[in-house]
Amino acid sequence: MNWTLALPILVPFCAAALAFLLRNRRGSGWISVGGSVLSLILALQLLAEVLRHGVIATQMSAWAAPFGITLAADYLSAAMVLITAIIGLAVALWGMAEVGQISARMGWHGLFQTLIGGVTGAFLTGDLFNLYVWFEVLLISSFGLLVIGGQRKAVDGAVKYVTLNLISTVLFLCAAGLTYGATGTLNMADLRAAVAAHPDQGLMTVIAMMFMIGFGLKAAVFPLFFWLPASYHTPHYAVSAVFAGLLTKVGVYALIRVFTLIFVGDQGYTHEILLWVACLTMLTGVLGAAAQSDFRKILSFHIISQIGYMVLGLALMTPLAVMGGVFYLLHHIIVKANLFLVAGVSRRLTGSSDLYAIGGLYRSAPLLAVLFLIPAFSLAGFPPLSGFWAKYVLVKASLDLGQGLVAFVALLTGLLTIFSMTKIWAEAFWKAHPDGRQPRLASIPARARVLLLSPMIALALMTVLIGLFPDPFVTFATTGAEQLLDPSAYVATVLERGAE
Amino acid sequence: MKSLILTTGARLLIALFLVFSLYVLLRGHNAPGGGFIGGLIAACGFAIHAFASGVAEARRALRVDPRVIGVLGLVCALAAGLMAWPLGFDPFAGVWGEVAGYKVSSVLLFDIGVYLAVVGGILTLIFALEETL
Repeated sequence: MNWTLALPILVPFCAAALAFLLRNRRGSGWISVGGSVLSLILALQLLAEVLRHGVIATQMSAWAAPFGITLAADYLSAAMVLITAIIGLAVALWGMAEVGQISARMGWHGLFQTLIGGVTGAFLTGDLFNLYVWFEVLLISSFGLLVIGGQRKAVDGAVKYVTLNLISTVLFLCAAGLTYGATGTLNMADLRAAVAAHPDQGLMTVIAMMFMIGFGLKAAVFPLFFWLPASYHTPHYAVSAVFAGLLTKVGVYALIRVFTLIFVGDQGYTHEILLWVACLTMLTGVLGAAAQSDFRKILSFHIISQIGYMVLGLALMTPLAVMGGVFYLLHHIIVKANLFLVAGVSRRLTGSSDLYAIGGLYRSAPLLAVLFLIPAFSLAGFPPLSGFWAKYVLVKASLDLGQGLVAFVALLTGLLTIFSMTKIWAEAFWKAHPDGRQPRLASIPARARVLLLSPMIALALMTVLIGLFPDPFVTFATTGAEQLLDPSAYVATVLERGAE
Repeated sequence: MKSLILTTGARLLIALFLVFSLYVLLRGHNAPGGGFIGGLIAACGFAIHAFASGVAEARRALRVDPRVIGVLGLVCALAAGLMAWPLGFDPFAGVWGEVAGYKVSSVLLFDIGVYLAVVGGILTLIFALEETL
């Protein structure tokens, strides 16, 4: 069991090291793909183990909790690790067709695997300082990925990204330092009791707010989101896809973890703020998207508005709402990454990402149109796709609490999302290409076509599958939410194993 | 800008820095020190060389691309962590053995990995900054 938790983190790093050392060979991308396949198998094994035991935990080097570094997985962590592996494999394959030899020589595949390893580590760690270390790993590798293969514009976006994320990590580090000073522990399970028992609850709330701002910047919530649209439209499409799918979700995951496990003492204050943040995030994101005319920029702003839904689930803190938030998180990663991949192929076919300069894709590349429609409608919440169930649960949860305004904002955001998706549809797919080009999928070489399309088809199928058979996923998310709201099993598993 | 004082002094300093970095690395097992701080000190040595005689000269003195050094450090650390697997220990647990009367452990290998990763990482940054500025 000990290695079940450690290997999903170690394998991407091994793949990263190998891919980097062999970066000048032609097949270095396949090392990355191989590593991702292995990661996927290990993630499935981890999920099976979690389904059997509920929560599993282990200690690095067998140093007992709360002193050593804990790795722990409950339903949420295991699901996030699995979805990271799925997106990792999809983008590793897709990236083989997009990322050229020059970027590969600069170590693109190695950095990509480092990023996946960092994300996995952040989802599995049970230690606040260790979480900080994973955030640093993410920051360094994502900076590299942003810069490689881009032009001057990419460096400009990357500098904004890094500066703001550095502020966030420094704030996180300060908050972790204060936590340690006040309670003497950084083990998350141990902190639950330590924070609750601390005599100065006002101080705990201040620390909680520092975590909220630090993680909120990572998650790109209102009003801390401005770095995201400034940087996500500049690098390789494969990079945008994996960033859009996974990076901000690490912030959301950290918010969920910290505000269900550790800082639950003053919910009237912290979760009220989260509720307002969630509503404003939904609205500003979707309004920002309405003003854009670049394929990737529209999608970037939509990430922000979708983050609002996930935070909403956390803010309401009822079993149904948290379940909705978890469900939303999982569905969104698949959908969003896929939309960016569609944007990448459309760019390749039409030569631009400016919606006014492209068109004609519906007539000339109907398969791509279908592959766009599925995630786009899912994002907007059309039945029977996965996004419908996610939105339905969240709206129902807010109505159950008598939060009519919140439900209204959530529904309005859904409506405006349809507006943006229709805009992309009308401009990129429906209208004729302004230059009369007929961009066909057949114009892409066969090998690249398979590499580009198969991950997109697989992700679209997953979206449809979750939509048509939501039952097992809802049951899973319900158990996950129960574990989050009552983390006694998590705490017991982590600390008990330490006492052995 | 070449300075005679700096280039002459650098020769002495580099040797001192590198030896001291190894001392700190090995001392770190039971006392303050270790791979991270040792790596920083070694990187300082090469950084001084780069300032005194130019980045091209420092790269030649280093012989290996600093990025490769960093990744080799990662490989060492991973190997140290994975070594416990076939022996049935927990991840990253220390594995001890004896070679010619000396005790050796995976802990040291891990520290050497950190040392190399830090040297490689810092020098990649410093060289790149020096070359573009």
